[in-house]
Amino acid sequence: MPKMLMTGNAAVGEAAIRAGCQSYYGYPITPQNELTEYMAANLGRRPGCAFVQAESEIAAINMVYGASVAGVRTMTSSSSPGISLKQEGISYLAACQLPAVIVNMSRGGPGLGSISAAQSDYFQSTRGGGHGDYRTIVLGPGSVQELADLTHHAFELTDKYLIPVIILGDGMLGQMMEPVEFSHEAPEVPPVRQDALRGAKGRPSRFVRTFTSNPPDLEEVNWSLFRRYQLLQKNEVMWENYMTEDARLIVTAFGIAARIAKGAIKQARANGLKIGMFRPITLWPFPGEQLKALSKKTKFFLDFEMNMGQMIEDVKLSLEGAGDVSFHGRPGGVIPTPSEVLRVITRIYYQKGLS
Amino acid sequence: MLIKTVFAGFGGQGVLSMGLNLAQAAMIEGKYVTYLPAYGAEVRGGTANCTVSVSDEEIASPVASSPSYIIAMNHPSMLRFQNQLQSGGIFFLNSTLIKDPVNRGDIDLVNVPVNAVAEELGNIKSANMVMLGAFIKKSNLVRFDSLIDGLSVTLKGKQKLIDINRKALAAGYELA
Repeated sequence: MPKMLMTGNAAVGEAAIRAGCQSYYGYPITPQNELTEYMAANLGRRPGCAFVQAESEIAAINMVYGASVAGVRTMTSSSSPGISLKQEGISYLAACQLPAVIVNMSRGGPGLGSISAAQSDYFQSTRGGGHGDYRTIVLGPGSVQELADLTHHAFELTDKYLIPVIILGDGMLGQMMEPVEFSHEAPEVPPVRQDALRGAKGRPSRFVRTFTSNPPDLEEVNWSLFRRYQLLQKNEVMWENYMTEDARLIVTAFGIAARIAKGAIKQARANGLKIGMFRPITLWPFPGEQLKALSKKTKFFLDFEMNMGQMIEDVKLSLEGAGDVSFHGRPGGVIPTPSEVLRVITRIYYQKGLS
Repeated sequence: MLIKTVFAGFGGQGVLSMGLNLAQAAMIEGKYVTYLPAYGAEVRGGTANCTVSVSDEEIASPVASSPSYIIAMNHPSMLRFQNQLQSGGIFFLNSTLIKDPVNRGDIDLVNVPVNAVAEELGNIKSANMVMLGAFIKKSNLVRFDSLIDGLSVTLKGKQKLIDINRKALAAGYELA
């Protein structure tokens, strides 16, 4: 298949359809409207598929809940303020162990914030987000191609572990265009989960519920979830090491911030500075061991985020005191340029005596 | 080699579609490309711009700190972007709408009266393609033929529009 020039939003939509996603429920919000638009044009007309523009974000996530109970692959998307509204539903999905893919093309916050790209939803995404002792799988793509690839992966993961997956993009990734290739064709018969509730003729009845009146039974549910979280931490972490071999200073960054940092690092390398980058791709489970391994080579890290420092907590937890972690961040939807990051990198490199 | 270009103007001038057509042509040539639009809750007449990065290796940042080329389709865009242009870069100006001088001596200027040319061609809306044609001639960023091939993707199925745009691209290309 030839490469296509697509926005990140459209690429997520196309990848979802090719992953056998049968239903999408959404409510408009900038900067993810192109995804809702794409699904309206391309998913709704497929036989057996459903597109609904819901009356609110809360309605949309509960439609996802219903579709997931019925066993089909299902997705919703929004941007930061809308994702906050969905948290109750996500907590319920987690409790009932229902697969779903939730896309957050995040924007500046808090509150209604700005419509420009930001990464201030890292905490919300990686700490569960709603009430209760649960986690979601969080994927942090860094390009349009990766958005497409990780969307497919998200549907596989959520079905395998019965845990909702958050794709944490941002307004820039959603709206920018890059060439993209899709490695899968849409299945002729979309997958339906075996444990779905679609009529109990000829078998004992089943039920899905989020309330458990007996605490020991609920504890059992939590243990079951946590066993899977441990499996995820063991088997599903994804990360990228970029020029870390001889690096004296390693930048830690995810998503679009990592793209911007890469531009700065290329320039820093051209200036003779030994800089590398560690980019987590799964933000939860966080690739902590892989980061810790790098502290054998250098003690100096610079965490760069488009917020006031959220992933830095996971960076420090992972390093367990084995690294000196500096920070640079721009909140509110301000897009830093590579030359700004280069100035910070250069200053820290010399301040720490790494030259 | 990484080349970043910023297209700027007011909403409705086809600034984003200039960038999109350049990106499409670069992709047809097998180059790495990113297209980053900047528009918000804006209206016709508001500002719009986009950054297109073209390279023969993987593109790190889609954001441009100091672009090699800037295309300003109106006066506010000229004022806003004139200081960002790389030293030695080329500033393309829509000279039908921009009369004031640029305050820099270390860059090249290309003045193209694109509105006037487009009006002569019979469609003022094709002024953006006149500019894109002129831009390609001067910058050599992609081949003219790739731009024409790209039109059939970006304007798929709209043969009448493809013809109008092709004419405008050719007029701009000849002019520069």
